[in-house]
Amino acid sequence: MSAVPGQTVGPFFHLGLEFPQMNELVPPASPRAVRLHGRVTDGGGNPVPDAVLEIWQADPQGHVLRTPGSLRRDGWTFTGWGRAATDPDGHYQFFTLEPGATEQGRAPFFAVTVFARGLLDRLFTRAYLPDDPDLLATDTLLESVAPDRRATLIARREPHGLVFDVSLQGPAETVFVTYPRLRDAWA
Amino acid sequence: MESSQADINREIEAAAQQPGGPQPKIDYAPYRSSILRHPKQPAHLIDPESVELWAPAFGHRDVAVDEADLTIQHAGTPIGERIVVTGRVLDGDGRPVANQLVEVWQANAAGRYRHQRDQHPAPHDPNFTGVGRCITGPDGSYRFQTIKPGPYPWRNHLNAWRPAHIHFSLFGLDFTQRVVTQMYFPGDPLFQYDPIYQSITDPKSRDLLIAQYDHDLTTPEWNTGYRWDIVLTGTHRTPLDIDEDQA
Repeated sequence: MSAVPGQTVGPFFHLGLEFPQMNELVPPASPRAVRLHGRVTDGGGNPVPDAVLEIWQADPQGHVLRTPGSLRRDGWTFTGWGRAATDPDGHYQFFTLEPGATEQGRAPFFAVTVFARGLLDRLFTRAYLPDDPDLLATDTLLESVAPDRRATLIARREPHGLVFDVSLQGPAETVFVTYPRLRDAWA
Repeated sequence: MESSQADINREIEAAAQQPGGPQPKIDYAPYRSSILRHPKQPAHLIDPESVELWAPAFGHRDVAVDEADLTIQHAGTPIGERIVVTGRVLDGDGRPVANQLVEVWQANAAGRYRHQRDQHPAPHDPNFTGVGRCITGPDGSYRFQTIKPGPYPWRNHLNAWRPAHIHFSLFGLDFTQRVVTQMYFPGDPLFQYDPIYQSITDPKSRDLLIAQYDHDLTTPEWNTGYRWDIVLTGTHRTPLDIDEDQA
């Protein structure tokens, strides 16, 4: 069966995709909250003010959650999924918990989806936690990426959270990923 | 200098001669905003693992049943052709995508979005927001009651008009099946002029975005109807996993 092609989210996606607390996987004031944030830039280094990112992650214990409630947050339940639009400066932010490893010995990461006006199809990438160099050194994806591009997949730690910038094009272009059944669908 | 429609048509024509495929070309200069916003490096092929083998879960606590009716969100009745848009969400192996979130947004009958950035001088409709959500049924079905959106102008080039469309946001059985796309209406005369639609250079694949008029969906004295079935890419999970999950 032929898969439906994607199309851009366009300039008016806020209308359909925004909802209250969409970027608050945990309340920002929660003592456990970390801020995952960054800027989305284009090939000219300009901010992309009309992008929208989604993250999907395990909980700190490494459990993949099957819990509804992402669209109507109750301030307590952690669902592992959130969405954030960029501001006029191309900046986005999430308040969340740090994902744990879903398997012993694997590097924990946020799965990230990127949409934007001007982007005709969505992009997938990963934002790894930066803390364990041994795990990162043996990660299948990171190992297979040219060394000078690996850093684009690893969030940077700062005092109150994590920074993950997304460069859609250019010298620091983020590594975007695809998966076997996507590639086959388009073969 | 601002491009004319004739310039864009020539570029669309030229791009159609290049080897293309069923997905949009993300490097598609006739859509001017794409020029600086597409990655130039090929996507890196990986086997999905961890959370990528699962989709986020949504349920009826996330979405009220009446969010699927875009015509009852205000005190009055919106202006325009009342339509039903319905179909099924299937994965690439024909499996229904049950209990999953579908989000839609669209312009009103005059082609105006209820969005600050839409400043073209068509009227707003105080009785129409243009946003809907639903959770798919056990057979993957979704159904929206809405108003047929109008075409609208945009600034890609001089006198650019988008064919009428409804934006659809879809989730699958795993993370990798996530897609946002646009549903179009049959026979729209603007198709040939639209670089967003034409960015899918394979005509058969492009046609997958066009709903079918279905007279069986009409209600006397009330609405006409369109059917649009949506096939996602295949899931990377095993059928056994999925049965357990959906049980």
